[in-house]
Amino acid sequence: MSCHDADFSLSIQQEAPIFLDATFSCTGGQLLALVGPSGSGKSTLLRMIAGLSRPAAGQIICGDSCWYDQAQDICLSPQERHVGFVPQHYGLFPHMTALANVLAGLHHLPDHKREPCAREWLARVHLAGLEQRRPAELSGGQQQRVALARALAREPSLLLLDEPFAAVDRATRETLYIELAELKRELSLPIVMVTHDLAEALLLADRMTLLSHGTTLQSGQPREILAHPVNETAARLLGIRNLFDGELLRHDESAELTWFRSGEHLLACRLDARWATGSRVRWMAPNSAIRLRAAGQGSLPESHNRLRLTIKSLLVLGDEVRITASFAGQELPLHLMIPFRLAQKLSLREGNTTDVVLLEEGLRILQEG
Amino acid sequence: MDWPALALSLQLGGLTVLMLVPLAVFVGRGLAYRHFRVKPLVEAVLTLPLVLPPTVVGYYLLTGLGGGSLIGQWWERFFGQPLVFHFSGLLLASLIVNIPFAVQPITRAFEAIPSELRDAAACCGMGFWRTLLAVELPLAWPGLLTGMVLTFAHTLGEFGVVLMVGGNIPGETRTVAIAIYDRVQAFDFNAAGNMSLLLLVLSLVVLSVAGGWARPSGRRHVLPRR
Repeated sequence: MSCHDADFSLSIQQEAPIFLDATFSCTGGQLLALVGPSGSGKSTLLRMIAGLSRPAAGQIICGDSCWYDQAQDICLSPQERHVGFVPQHYGLFPHMTALANVLAGLHHLPDHKREPCAREWLARVHLAGLEQRRPAELSGGQQQRVALARALAREPSLLLLDEPFAAVDRATRETLYIELAELKRELSLPIVMVTHDLAEALLLADRMTLLSHGTTLQSGQPREILAHPVNETAARLLGIRNLFDGELLRHDESAELTWFRSGEHLLACRLDARWATGSRVRWMAPNSAIRLRAAGQGSLPESHNRLRLTIKSLLVLGDEVRITASFAGQELPLHLMIPFRLAQKLSLREGNTTDVVLLEEGLRILQEG
Repeated sequence: MDWPALALSLQLGGLTVLMLVPLAVFVGRGLAYRHFRVKPLVEAVLTLPLVLPPTVVGYYLLTGLGGGSLIGQWWERFFGQPLVFHFSGLLLASLIVNIPFAVQPITRAFEAIPSELRDAAACCGMGFWRTLLAVELPLAWPGLLTGMVLTFAHTLGEFGVVLMVGGNIPGETRTVAIAIYDRVQAFDFNAAGNMSLLLLVLSLVVLSVAGGWARPSGRRHVLPRR
């Protein structure tokens, strides 16, 4: 029960039928999350990796094997690529039992080894005893496990997961996250997972690639991408809503700060010398960069960026409160999410004012686009 | 009761099913999964026998397969016997007029298989034949059965085309439908009634049994619930 250790890289360009200009890679043992909105080409790319559709140009390489190279006219079939693929609806054969579904992927093994291997994989995904059930007799989470067992039993060079948790309930999803994380630790193969759920990507992925309209916007470690989106589109994809206009004033190299004006406020962020003094810029304030006055202390962290907010609306969403607030000189509101208990302690009400600071290290000046 | 005519009808129906259904599997699969520019035209041509009067189909088959046609001459030179007014011509005509009865339900059955399952089969390393035999045919089985039953039942009842291509030669081209017509022409209503009743009961039994087996036919295969 082993999986091939391989690195994976992809570079695909095409104009039609769907525009694609994507480049990403991941190494054995890593989980790469392809994140993007619906229609960004995530699932199309996954199908191209699996060999289920053919790109117009580019290269797909897994380990020592070239799966697709338009220049050399190489295009291996899905059967030759040896991928483990868990499609969005799991793709289980409805007329076969769970055991037969796993056996279907084991024809590369000698006859006598197939059934023990299939049973072993089903046990490994906690389905021992359910071998004779058909997919319709299994829950969503169990079906997903059968699909995963079938994909992994094939000893793939690469595991592809297409929105694997999209339609299971929250409790099942949490369990499956843990199981996938454990499997990832045990296996040394690269995993490419398509998801539109950023939280899922942050939880599971070692690397993340942001896609928009078929184009790779940014690749890197999820936390790094979240902290430093490459441009405004990436920031919006990451769910950052606090994007404002500003004017760059000066770079203070001794203090390692860049100063800019936004509305009536002078604000500072970490030194970012890419921008010319006097240029119009866009800047972002992620939720993690916004600090409210600590409850009971009345103090704020040290920062150059103090704002007085007027709370426009408060919306309770479970354990959190979504606040929309305005600040002087800005037409656009500032959005922040804070824990419900903190909102209660600070006695935040609609129409109240409160002070916040924007941490310099959290503010970013962005490329437009 | 014209037992030789009934035996000939059953033989014709059986052979038509045996020869046509395997072909219909590949044609139906191709129509379900492949996209090509002239696909609507191909589908229309394959459906023609369903909408044309049997006499029109019979006329074209008679002229197209007769001694004056290239096919007819080639056949006679090769096999030493004519194609029309012979069982072989009757079988060929039966194959042609039954194309829509076999192809249509089989095409619909293949269309009802979610593409995700074929993708999963390919990623499981299954080639064309293993995917067809292990995944597609078991799922398309109700459609296949419907195609077989419709072809068989329609062959038993086919009259116009059979009469025009095969005539009414006892033991060679006289099917039970022709025999009934022949008995009515001879005012032997007793024999015609017996044969009609037998044909009615036989068709009803075949359709009922197959209808029970093929109940899921026409439904889309839903992916397992989550």
